[in-house]
Amino acid sequence: MIREAEVLVIGGGPAGLCAAAAAASLGAKVLVCERDYVPGGQLVKQTHKFFGSEKQYAGDRGIHIGKMLVEEALANPNIEILTEATVLGIYEDGIVTVLHDNKHLKIRSKKTIVTTGASEKFLAFPGNDLPGIYGAGAVQTLMNVAGVKPAERVLMVGAGNIGLIVSYQLMQAGVEVAGIIEAAPRIGGYLVHASKVRRAGVPIRTGYTVKEAYGNGKLEGVIICRLDEKWQQIPGTEEDIPCDTLCLAVGLTPLTELCWQAGCQMAYIRELSGHVPLVNENLETTVPGIYAAGDVSGIEEASSAMVEGRLAGYAAAESLGYEPEKAKELKEAAAAELSELRSGPTGARILAGLEKSASLLAARKGGE
Amino acid sequence: MRIEQHPILEFDRGEKVTFFFNGQEIDGYTEETIAAALHAAGIRELGHSPELHRPRGLFCAIGNCSSCFMTVDGQPNVRVCVTKVKAGMHVEEQEGKGVIRND
Repeated sequence: MIREAEVLVIGGGPAGLCAAAAAASLGAKVLVCERDYVPGGQLVKQTHKFFGSEKQYAGDRGIHIGKMLVEEALANPNIEILTEATVLGIYEDGIVTVLHDNKHLKIRSKKTIVTTGASEKFLAFPGNDLPGIYGAGAVQTLMNVAGVKPAERVLMVGAGNIGLIVSYQLMQAGVEVAGIIEAAPRIGGYLVHASKVRRAGVPIRTGYTVKEAYGNGKLEGVIICRLDEKWQQIPGTEEDIPCDTLCLAVGLTPLTELCWQAGCQMAYIRELSGHVPLVNENLETTVPGIYAAGDVSGIEEASSAMVEGRLAGYAAAESLGYEPEKAKELKEAAAAELSELRSGPTGARILAGLEKSASLLAARKGGE
Repeated sequence: MRIEQHPILEFDRGEKVTFFFNGQEIDGYTEETIAAALHAAGIRELGHSPELHRPRGLFCAIGNCSSCFMTVDGQPNVRVCVTKVKAGMHVEEQEGKGVIRND
């Protein structure tokens, strides 16, 4: 049996929940497929307070924002959330297949919004597959969702916001943080986060990388070394850091498998952190009726993912004929919010990436 | 080890039960994942790679990377990082790539 859906949202994280709420607010019936037990995406483990403006819940903790978005969605009669539902494929005839409850569901949707988010990047070094080497997000899940102390002593790789924030959260969970190493010559994350971990006595060492990890059956220590200005390891600078856990916070990459499979035009855009689907001002991909919002179309922050989700949700409802005037207004307001969010230095990089994406899209149209 | 006191969070772990890891009895809670329960018991080596037999643990903890595949109640390739504990369940290290049962 094929199930019908007006708007199908793939992924119940910040972008997906906001997309669902936006489309539903204009009258569309929305089905959200979420692969986890609970919707909320990675907000469920983010105990830190958000930046941005009040519209994106600045000052509130990620966990509370997630809870609020989920409660809102669950209370809306136009939204149905299917949890433990992993979307497997988007086919040419518009059928979306889903693994749910050990069954293979088929869904035919009028509009599909892909909000699959991102996955953590890996790093190449000898011994990188030892148990005890995790993505920083994994450690965050273990300690903040499961409440399990993930380690005794951790070395963190990456001084971007995730590396800094997770280091602080590890200390809150009673874990010793041996240090944070960062290959770049500068700390990438916000100074306020860096100061907080430094005040707690954690050294942040820039210009360092992992040379190798060692251990018998599980991680026992890591050899780090300095990098020269050409990012090459400097012999003789090795140091042995005994630790039972190594956390990799070396960036995220968009989870775009479904976009590739659906035949969306993709492009590698460095500023957006990988291959991303090209989208227009409505966040619609080159496959009509398929939208992409949040990290899947470029790594940014949860705050912008939420606004992108809303924009895509309004656009999808509008294209189904729901309240076109109101939709247009709401879309414009969301676009303005995004511009505001992207007005800082990090935003400049995102804007450069989006510009590349727009010119590729224009070139494609010109070639038709 | 489980975190009992946290400055921000409280944990609702559900009901305490026991299950089996390679035949050994382990404590777990019904609202936690198999991977979390094993970690709490100090077990981080969840299996071995199919070809070179190198030890394997958890990497992503959100059901994405397939590093934590184990056999659960006879079913292979279960992502234990997103599968909850059930009383009496048998969790075992998987041999090779696993065989899908036809029942």
